[in-house]
Order: sequence, then structure tokens, then C-alpha cells
Amino acid sequence: MAPIVSRLINERATPVVSVRGATRQFGDRQVLRQIDVDIAPGAFVALLGASGCGKTTLLRLLAGLDQPDAGDIGVPERRGIVFQDARLLPWRKVWRNVMLGLSRDRVRAEHALDEVGLGARIDDWPGTLSGGEAQRVALARALVRQPELLLLDEPFAALDALTRLRMQQLVLDLWQAHGPAVLLVTHDVDEALTLADRVLVMRDGRIVVDLPVTFDRPRARAAAGFEYLRRQLLEELGVSATGDDGVQRRQATAS
Amino acid sequence: MTAIEAGLAPGSGRRAVWLRWPARLGLRRLAMPILLLAIWEIAGRAGWLSAVALPQPSTILDAGGALVRDGALQAGLEISLFRLLVGFPLGVVAGIALGIAVGLSARAEDLFDGTLQSLRAIPFLALAPMFSLWFGADEASKIALVCFGAVFPAYLNTVAGIRGVDGRLAEAARAFGVHGFGIVTEVVMPGAMPSILVGLRLSFSWALAALVSSELAGVGTGLGALVAQAREFAQTEIVILCVVIYALVGFTADGLARVAEWRLLSWRRSFPD
Repeated sequence: MAPIVSRLINERATPVVSVRGATRQFGDRQVLRQIDVDIAPGAFVALLGASGCGKTTLLRLLAGLDQPDAGDIGVPERRGIVFQDARLLPWRKVWRNVMLGLSRDRVRAEHALDEVGLGARIDDWPGTLSGGEAQRVALARALVRQPELLLLDEPFAALDALTRLRMQQLVLDLWQAHGPAVLLVTHDVDEALTLADRVLVMRDGRIVVDLPVTFDRPRARAAAGFEYLRRQLLEELGVSATGDDGVQRRQATAS
Repeated sequence: MTAIEAGLAPGSGRRAVWLRWPARLGLRRLAMPILLLAIWEIAGRAGWLSAVALPQPSTILDAGGALVRDGALQAGLEISLFRLLVGFPLGVVAGIALGIAVGLSARAEDLFDGTLQSLRAIPFLALAPMFSLWFGADEASKIALVCFGAVFPAYLNTVAGIRGVDGRLAEAARAFGVHGFGIVTEVVMPGAMPSILVGLRLSFSWALAALVSSELAGVGTGLGALVAQAREFAQTEIVILCVVIYALVGFTADGLARVAEWRLLSWRRSFPD
């Protein structure tokens, strides 16, 4: 059994995300089948799934980049999104990228960039940033609009291992400072368990697992029950969790 | 830049700056043409070149001086530049506008693209006689030909530039609440700008070619008329002089395009300069 260490999340509050019966189809392929999901204000939710399971489609619906064929999508007005690639406009200086779609408020941009540790790069071109820096700018761009919902689409997948760990910590810090609900799409089970309060697993267009994660923060892999949850999730993802640990680690991050 | 300079010996940083400025002003580029001109002049004076086939630079300059004194050169240049400065912008604006429409809308593509592509396939200089038939023998037909020459490179490169813009950037912008016209000004146009500027330079070359050919074919005015006249009297130095002036017009336009690129595409510069 997974030991449940209690942590108060107000699951009763009006959810910021409310998806009812969402269905999406591309040609003959049913990508989302009758998805129902609520996300409480301030919750950190990880959405796990193999490639092609529909998790990115669900995220795009929540971001307003796509419409469901049937069903309702309830999302807050103020949303931020970070994609796997930073998607900064190369022809706009860093601070203009942060303020994309908002007023040209340099002070506000600088404040947001300070929060991700890039205040000094405010007037640089995106092309001069490293991958990790670009992703931090993308994070600043998402957070500067004080989102109630922060959507993260595999934002660490393209980063090297050390940068990824630093980014994960940064996201946690910013989440705790600003308190948006977070939906993190990932296929890294360890990442999901390290960061999230709740883990959803998608398979074939359905949410097949909805699991609270209640370890105390800061989290450690050594925590009692961590390994158990990890194996359980890997099994749900169709990865055998037996064998030596090194093999498991590699499998855990394979998509 | 700092990393590179740090690796240099003391004093060499100054040399780098010393070298950079002439490069920026184009002085280093000029070294080779000046050398070639000098050789040409020497060869002419030594009698190695036929004075009719290839007069030396000093003879050409003298002829130019005479033409300036009697005002023929200024008058010709003025009328030629007028044709260029009216026809070229008209053609470029039309080309870019059509390119934007076709690049952004499938409906506009259906409407215009096929027609424009087939018009483009016509060697338009062959149309010069038709133009004077349609637009009359004077200014209108020449300006129209210049305009026609400028349209297609601007059009094609605008379409290609817009097609090349990364759709994921537009998607990101939409996710952050940028819509409609905002997508065009924030994402599409800046993204297509490198290609559009290439189109402008090509358009100018074609506009200039159209100008020359219309002036040579027609009667009467402009630099081309000077050329036609000089050819009749075997005044090679005047022909060469006019060719050089056409070339200078081209160089000037190219220089302006470089300045535009420098300013508009500063985000693409890989080194601070």
C-alpha cells in the first residue's frame, strides 16, 4: 500500500479546470474518449502517458489551441503555457518575448526575468540564449500573466540532465511562490512523482489512473512508498518494473 | 566577443577594431576594383587596347565631363531615375501585397498564384514592344515595364518567406492571446522579412534591367537614349560611361538594401559588430 502522508489540498474548492466528456478525433482516430477531469486551484498535477496517448491533445484543448469535437472544457481566463521547445520569437528581444500579447511593460518583464534568474539578459536576442535559458524565458513569459493555470508540455524533455534538475526545482519554487494550478505533461515517472500532488495516466485517449501523491516535500526517491508508486505507474504505462535498478531508470524515461 | 578577445595578445584588440571599420565602410571591398582600374588605365595609355573597343578610364571620365557640361548627362539621369523611382516601388508594393495575401490565405492563393506564376514564366523583356503599344511610347510604358519587372521577385520571395515561418511560433503567440492582425505583425512579417529583403534586391535588379531595355528600345530620352546615340557614332566611352552609371545606381540600391538588412535583421547577426 502507498503510505499517505497528509498534505492539505483544497479538493473541495471550485476547480480551475473542469473537463466534461471531452472527445477529440483526427480522421478515424479517436484521440480523446470522453475525458472527465477536474483540477483544484493550486494543485500540481502530472499527466503521464506514452507517446500518442492523447496527453498533448488534452493539453492543447486546455490551452485553447484546439476545440473538442464534443464535451465541455472549463479553463480560467489567465493561462500560461511552456512548450517542449521554448518557442521564443527570434526577432523580439527577450523582454518583448516575455510580454508577448501584453502591454510593453519593461519593468514587469524585468521582474519576471529576475524570478527565473535572467534579469541580466533582458535586452538580448533569444538566439543568444542556451536551451535552458530559453526555457527559463519561456517560463517567465508564462508566469508574467499571473496564470491561474500553468500548462507545461514536457518542458524539460530537451534539456540535459543537470539543467533539467535545476529547472524542476525552479518550477517548484515558482509554483510555491505564485500558487497556480499546474498541469505537467511528461513521460518521466520520476519527474511526475518528484513534482506533483496528483498523477494522471492516460492510455488510448482515456485517463486510466488518477493517483494522489502525498509525500512530504522536498521529495526524495528514498521516501517510503516512492518505489512502490513508481513501479505501479510504470506498470500502468506498460513498462515491466522488474530487473535491476539501472534498467528500470532507463525504462522510466523511455517514451 | 570577449572570449575571443581575451585569447588575443595585448594590442591585437586595437588591430581588430582598426580592421573592422574599413571593412564596415566597404574600403576593403574597394581595393580590388581600384587595382583593376589602374591596370586598365595603364594598358590603355601603353596602347595595348584599341581606343574604339575599350577606351581607358581617363577618356571615359573626360567624355563624362563634357556631357555634364552640356547638361545631357544630368537630364538623362534624371529621367531614368524618375522611371525607376516610380516603377520600382509600385512593383514592389504590389508584389509584396500579393505575396502576403497569397501566403496567408488559401483563397487568395487559388485566385492569384496560378496567374502570377504563368505571367512570371514570360520573359518580360520580350513584352517591351507590347508595352509601348498598350501604354503609349512615352513614360507610362517604360514605368509599367519597370514595375512589371519588379513585381515577381518581390512576390515570390514574400510567399516563400511566409511559408517558411515556423507555425509553432504562431501557435505559441495564439496561446498567449495574440490573434489575427497581431499574428501578422508579431510573427509572420518579421519571420518572412529575410526572404522579403532578398526579394527586394532581386526586384531592383529586374527593374533596372527593364529600365535599360525599355530605354534602348524606345526613342528619345533617358540614359538609354544616350547609349543608343553613342553607339551610332561609335562613341564607346559614352556607352561605357552609361553602363558604369547604371551599375552605380545598382550598387547604391544594394547598399541601401544592406543598411535595411542591418537594421531590420539585427536579430540574425551572429556577432556583435
